[in-house]
Amino acid sequence: MYSDRQSERLIDGSESSLRRFLQTLSPVDQIGAQERAAMLGTRSIKTSSKKWAIDMAISMVDLTTLEGADTPGKVRALCSKAVRPDPRDLTVPHVGAVCVYNDMVGIARQHLDSIGGEEVPVAAVSTAFPSGRASRTVKIQDTRDAIALGASEIDMVIDRGAFLSGRLGEVFEEIVAIKEICGDKAHLKVILETGELVTLDNVRKASYLAMLAGADFIKTSTGKVTPAATAPVVMVMLEAVRDYFQLTGTRIGVKPAGGIRTTKDAIKQLVLVNETAGPEWLDPALFRIGASALLNDLLMQRMKMANGRYSSANYVTVD
Amino acid sequence: MSNFEYAPAPESRAIAKIEKDYGLFINGKFQAPHSKKRFETINPATEEVLSKVSFADEADVDKAVKAARAAYTKVWSKLSGKERAKYLFRIARLLQERAREFAVVESLDNGKPIRETRDVDVPLAAAHFFYHAGWADKLEHAGYGSQPKPHGVVGQVIPWNFPLLMLAWKVAPALATGNTVVLKPAETTPLTALLFAEICQQAELPAGVVNIITGDGRTGSALIKHPGIDKIAFTGSTEVGKLIAQSVATTGKSVTLELGGKGANIVFEDSPIDQAVEGIVNGIFFNQGHVCCAGSRLLLQENIHDEFLHKLQVRMSKIRVGDPLDKNTDLGAINSAAQLAKIRELSQSGESEGAQIWSAPCELPSKGFWFAPTVFTGVTQAHRIAREEIFGPVLSVLTFRTPQEAMEKANNTPFGLSAGVWTDKGSRILWASNQLKAGVIWANTFNKFDPASPFGGYKESGWGREGGRHGLAAYIKGAH
Amino acid sequence: MRLDVKKTYKLFIGGAFPRSESGRSYVVNDSKGNFVANPSQASRKDLRDAVVAAKNAHPQWSSATAYNRGQILYRIAEIMEGRTEQFVAEIVALEGVTPKAALSQVQEAIDTWVWYAGWTDKISSTAGSTNPIAGPYYNFTIPESLGVVGIVADQKSSLLGVVRGLAPVLAGGNTALLITSEKRPLPGITLAECFATSDVPAGVVNILTGLTSELTPWLASHMEVDGLDLSGVDTKSESDLRIAGTENLKRIHRFGAEKSPSRILSFMEYKTVWHPIGI
Repeated sequence: MYSDRQSERLIDGSESSLRRFLQTLSPVDQIGAQERAAMLGTRSIKTSSKKWAIDMAISMVDLTTLEGADTPGKVRALCSKAVRPDPRDLTVPHVGAVCVYNDMVGIARQHLDSIGGEEVPVAAVSTAFPSGRASRTVKIQDTRDAIALGASEIDMVIDRGAFLSGRLGEVFEEIVAIKEICGDKAHLKVILETGELVTLDNVRKASYLAMLAGADFIKTSTGKVTPAATAPVVMVMLEAVRDYFQLTGTRIGVKPAGGIRTTKDAIKQLVLVNETAGPEWLDPALFRIGASALLNDLLMQRMKMANGRYSSANYVTVD
Repeated sequence: MSNFEYAPAPESRAIAKIEKDYGLFINGKFQAPHSKKRFETINPATEEVLSKVSFADEADVDKAVKAARAAYTKVWSKLSGKERAKYLFRIARLLQERAREFAVVESLDNGKPIRETRDVDVPLAAAHFFYHAGWADKLEHAGYGSQPKPHGVVGQVIPWNFPLLMLAWKVAPALATGNTVVLKPAETTPLTALLFAEICQQAELPAGVVNIITGDGRTGSALIKHPGIDKIAFTGSTEVGKLIAQSVATTGKSVTLELGGKGANIVFEDSPIDQAVEGIVNGIFFNQGHVCCAGSRLLLQENIHDEFLHKLQVRMSKIRVGDPLDKNTDLGAINSAAQLAKIRELSQSGESEGAQIWSAPCELPSKGFWFAPTVFTGVTQAHRIAREEIFGPVLSVLTFRTPQEAMEKANNTPFGLSAGVWTDKGSRILWASNQLKAGVIWANTFNKFDPASPFGGYKESGWGREGGRHGLAAYIKGAH
Repeated sequence: MRLDVKKTYKLFIGGAFPRSESGRSYVVNDSKGNFVANPSQASRKDLRDAVVAAKNAHPQWSSATAYNRGQILYRIAEIMEGRTEQFVAEIVALEGVTPKAALSQVQEAIDTWVWYAGWTDKISSTAGSTNPIAGPYYNFTIPESLGVVGIVADQKSSLLGVVRGLAPVLAGGNTALLITSEKRPLPGITLAECFATSDVPAGVVNILTGLTSELTPWLASHMEVDGLDLSGVDTKSESDLRIAGTENLKRIHRFGAEKSPSRILSFMEYKTVWHPIGI
């Protein structure tokens, strides 16, 4: 039922054991956490380290389009951009993944393969994204469809209603069920929707719950709710994966999504990773950034570092 | 896996226009010292000479006190509080306008990181002047009677750990309440005080209201003993504080003292652990541990000892030690060779008395005065490193079993300046605050300062408070 | 010969200078009866909009640190100082006093503003307390801002009257709408220009010019207004307004020329908190 993680040692599968474990977690002081996150936001990343960080950030972007109005044309344009972010500079790395609604997965996978983007995974949002309000059957089918069409990453949402009303076992079981469907075909990101959880204590609890249930990644937000990936929230999640590694020997990834629009924002995220979880997490296998507009800002900053001029939107592509 | 090295991110020195030498600031002008003697002030991170400042001898002290007296009698005491307030507002504004310049000079002269001078020292100094400007015209509402009167001429001696901020803590309330000032900055950190003298000129502060005389311990002694001083304010070591207290024992002169500490930072099992780790690190490594209210003793509940120490050491390994002008530096240079020697001596004693030492691995520059962030475990109250103020980046870890035992150990010291309490329980915070014999208690935070918050110590940590409504008492005749 | 560019006097609502939605203006003459300006004549809908703006601005203004509020209020004084000449000209024209007397009023207005600016971070030290109740509890009382305060400015003193009413209200963390003197409204709008060019957030202060008797009943009866300063209301109209204000138990006051922290506290509420002390 579980992955072969050592989570069996921490809980025994019952809701009461889960509840008891979550209660042993240390509380989070909101002000202290905000101050530490803000201090890390003052790190000055320049010259060679900025260059390195920009390329690392590009390789971590989950380039995303999640609109009701998405069409095959829009998705194909996004995929082209994902593989070749700057058509005039082939040294720019490709992004971490393309993220779309599950009925677009097939189109995305096809197009990526046809333009030499075999390496770029397609991530599908699933389980009645973004609200998570639908029957278990629907959520399971949602996931199966996506994987069948070629998604190798599933970004599922947790049931926040169940979490906030204390039905932690339900939240847990749902994640376990989706993870089972993913099997070894897809990695599972679990979206906590931290803006709806509100407190950092809830963020910590939900992070652990997701990891114990089998998440490969914990993700902040759907991008449809603000606040989304604020620095203290991401920091608390990075602390959770750091401590979970100490407990179990397994590294879980973190994905902030929503509100990360500028290079400065992205670099702040990398600093948070570096000084909270540690440099092992500075890798697209363990850290992604859910974004759309961010990529162009990264490219413009990259150009400025190369030629010394403040750039313009005319020199990056619209996808 | 990648290594995210932060490239050097130096703040530019160009903004700091440090003169080759400085005179004494007396009666609104810079003037040569009586003895013509000057001494060097260096950058403790590189040992380069920054400037030569004047040595004020007894004749200079006398001149300065007379200037302050004349300014008090003829000008300052005749001004309404409303007008005094406006001078203080001007000074506050000028400090804000020249904030970056002051931050860079302070970092160069003291050795502390630019991030701290930029984000803490200078903004707080400006805030102090704003806050006290607002008191100057409403003293009758401060709870000291309907017509509170100043002492007259105040002699102030400040330390090297927060040169500009300590100047603000002294000068702002003194001026707001109607006193005039003769201030002696610390020997190793005179520059921001001299820059402040320029601000007094730019603010058109009447000549003699503020006088800045540089020098060493002899200068300070001459100032404090001068019969023309109506009131003494001193921040520095307990040792010197006691001498001052002795010297006024017969004269009955008003004195406020802000002296040393050996603050206990108490962590209970139910504390928010990650924030507590931050608070411990901040408590002893902020400002290189050159802080009178530093949380230099970690009192750790025994049942979380190992887990906490592990997290603390992981966190300490991330402390960036190096060039104070680099914006990413967390821990700067030790202020002087003398202070470094003291830290080393006490650290040695810790080892020889049987405590276990661990220092964060870091590369220390070859020039300058440096000490790696260090923690001693297995410390008990009997160790010197648990009793004596080290004034450096050295933490001593002791354990306790029950809340009562924590209070006992925390209070078992002649000092009484500060304490920290880390717990999730509100009632325990309030209970601990009742028990702790400390003038400043931080709960679930540490090293927080605000002009509205009174600061000062119990027992041998001093007399009186600075900041807030309570801090005005020091500068009002007859108030306590 | 150079013709000067005359100023248009509009309302100040939500950080902007709109004309009255009613399109009306009214004539303001100087003390000799000569035409000076056609300021907007605010309607009840303008007042309604001003209350909305003040209400929306309150959470941010009241939760800013006291230091920050003090900084912002002090900045307003800096800007006022720079506009001294404009204020003097308006006061001379409207009040018929000498330039020297007008200048004295302006300077007193600025100094009064500065005085109140310095109270923001001190009022809870002087008016708050910890209370020694008989039990193992920590008990403290702090003053908190009331909310939205409506001010009817003194009818005679065109600048100082406005400042005396507005400064203590803002110092206490409230947001405000002020109805200027009917016959002498202009310095109030010039003061609004000071707000607009300082750092005070939009909606914290709103200034309306117009007919006092038309606007005050709407102000007094508005259920989103928490406090009233009726200093500019004539004694005949006052009781009706007070009765209208009782619907939501507005805190209603009237002041003279006094300058005191109690004016700040008049529009603040005391909150007392208990917490056990124990292991």
